[in-house]
Amino acid sequence: MEPNWQLARKRHKLNERARIVQTIRAFFVDRSYLEVETPHRIPGNAPEGYIDAVPAGDWFLHTSPELCMKRLLAAGYERLFQICRCWRAGERGSRHLPEYTMLEWYRAGVDYTALMTECEALLAALVPAGELTCGGATIDLTPPWERLTVAEAFTRHGSLSLEDALAAGRFDELIAFEIEPRLGLTRPTFLTEYPASLAALARKKPGNPGVAERFELYIAGVELANAFSELTDPVEQRQRFEREEAQRRTAGKAPYPTPEKFLRELATMPDAAGIALGVDRLVTLLTGAESIDEVVAFTPEEL
Amino acid sequence: MYTCADLKKGLKLMIDGEPHVIVAFDFTKPGKGQALYKCKLRNMITGSLFDRTYRSGESFDPAALEDRDMQFLYRDESGYVFMDNKSYEQVTLDEETLGDDHYFLKDNMDVKILLFNGRGIGITLPNFVTLRITQADPWVKGDTAAGNNKPATTESGYTLAVPSFVETGDLIQIDTRTGDYVTRVKE
Repeated sequence: MEPNWQLARKRHKLNERARIVQTIRAFFVDRSYLEVETPHRIPGNAPEGYIDAVPAGDWFLHTSPELCMKRLLAAGYERLFQICRCWRAGERGSRHLPEYTMLEWYRAGVDYTALMTECEALLAALVPAGELTCGGATIDLTPPWERLTVAEAFTRHGSLSLEDALAAGRFDELIAFEIEPRLGLTRPTFLTEYPASLAALARKKPGNPGVAERFELYIAGVELANAFSELTDPVEQRQRFEREEAQRRTAGKAPYPTPEKFLRELATMPDAAGIALGVDRLVTLLTGAESIDEVVAFTPEEL
Repeated sequence: MYTCADLKKGLKLMIDGEPHVIVAFDFTKPGKGQALYKCKLRNMITGSLFDRTYRSGESFDPAALEDRDMQFLYRDESGYVFMDNKSYEQVTLDEETLGDDHYFLKDNMDVKILLFNGRGIGITLPNFVTLRITQADPWVKGDTAAGNNKPATTESGYTLAVPSFVETGDLIQIDTRTGDYVTRVKE
């Protein structure tokens, strides 16, 4: 029996992957972040209309470590990071794996703009040369990166304005097919100021409640990270969970239990910002791989 | 009925009364948004290609096709000729319909032929075929890394990447679903 050749030839990418993860860890440790591990199997996730959890016994595998990490913030931990596996049912594509690695970090006392600066610094640590070559194009990583509001992005790249896209129920389609592929092509782009209706767990912008303090980071047309200034109002958070649950019910999906302990402790959570970054996608980008499949030892199909 | 969760490369659907096959598929999902299933479809009758995007909640009819066990007989100027093992009925498929699959056909090979209204429009090969390498660069001494690869050509003219230790004259197994090298075969 010969060794599994397809697996053996992944060695170079897996070596690079390990180095990237080690650099990420060192970056946060240097900045006095506490590395934590929270349970992967939990009673319930934050209800979200379009994210489905994988059941595990009576509980669920987590779709993100978000709720547990925020409970730590609420208990007084001010800088936290975690690199862990997350599970999302039904997500499989050239940039999606149903089991993937997430980097999440949270910081008390700042808003989402601080996380933009930290993303710039993290990439500087990962790519000392300051530029990336992607499909023949060069991406300049020198900060500050582009900040582009969602409304501006629709005006610039979309066939409809943001308002018209939302009214027509075509927001996701335009983002996925018209806008994303044009973002972050010469330098990274922060897509900011999402409509308040798409806020999830993000705080509304003080002085402009029509938008949420949320951004997504794009490099080479790929969405790498999603960040918020965190909503700390348990009453508003409960209403949003209920709205998401109602949407799930309408779509005929199984209900999720409301995370009561999280909502109770949210009342003591300080102002904070948090961000989730897809590690597999980052490695795909940094190693010049064509698909997420190349940077994991095993895809689900290979098991 | 199929749902979006069933969509994948190779799935055959009935669209506007004609069978279509998904030749490229990608799942995408903008952050916190809804899942979008991007398909490149080929009309299995006309061969025309087009893109279509579906979202969860949509459903699809399977293509009304008949799969029949046949044997590959020979190739002539009309195309590749197959025979039904039971009725002795013969069906001819042209090279365009077969695509890359023609590289993996060997005389007397058992295959499944896909019929739509009695006409052969597709083929299912065995998952693995064994072919001889007719051209491969020589093995560089000292190269023992299992992951290294080089191009090689088979007796049927198919080119693929193989491990560096595979040499001209070797028999190899190929996965016909992916076109990839699997293993060397002892004679």
